[in-house]
Amino acid sequence: MKLLYFAWVRQKIGSSEEDIAAPSSVTTVAALVEFLRQRGAGYEAAFRDPKLLRVAVNQEHAGFDARVGPNDEVAFFPPVTGG
Amino acid sequence: MSEIRIQREDFDPGAELAALNDGKGAIGAIASFIGLVRGDDDLIAMTLDHYPGMCESEIAAHVAEARKRWPILRLRIVHRVGRLTQGERIVFVGVASSHRHAAFQAAEFLMDYLKTRAPFWKLEERPSGTTWVEARTEDDESIKRWR
Repeated sequence: MKLLYFAWVRQKIGSSEEDIAAPSSVTTVAALVEFLRQRGAGYEAAFRDPKLLRVAVNQEHAGFDARVGPNDEVAFFPPVTGG
Repeated sequence: MSEIRIQREDFDPGAELAALNDGKGAIGAIASFIGLVRGDDDLIAMTLDHYPGMCESEIAAHVAEARKRWPILRLRIVHRVGRLTQGERIVFVGVASSHRHAAFQAAEFLMDYLKTRAPFWKLEERPSGTTWVEARTEDDESIKRWR
């Protein structure tokens, strides 16, 4: 699974992208967030309050109930502030 | 005809406006919006981060939606990324149509969606340090009127 992080999510995690092999039990964004939180202090800080986060699966806005699998690209970021 | 560009370099508003006119007479109205970096609270600069690929597809989806709602003849969107200082241009949205209402409304619709859906983020730089701009609830409210 390819993961991308933007804005303060990237700063807290200290990386902009990575490829991970998530356990087969990780089938939704919500489960992925719980899995990632265990990976270290930066992840815990980034994912502590999921209400602050937005997610895209394969470059489309998605909810925390969206299905994810090994071939997906999943991005985490704060609410957007362009324009 | 639509053109969507995401770029670091500045754009020329005059050239963008000129490109919205096909010179064939069908276009009766061109509406445009330019967003600039405001120099609030001793702001030094603003750095725009974005999600390449998703930005383009998200904007294209909203352009397609705007085209369903209004008879748009030409459309151009330019959004800059990278570090910008106060007074610099950030975004251009221009819409050409037969009549003004369609041009005004489509430009406003596209700006509202750019602000609330396109994956860009602003990092503000001040003498006291850097902070990520937080999303404004007014912006979320402003897209509700288009539903």
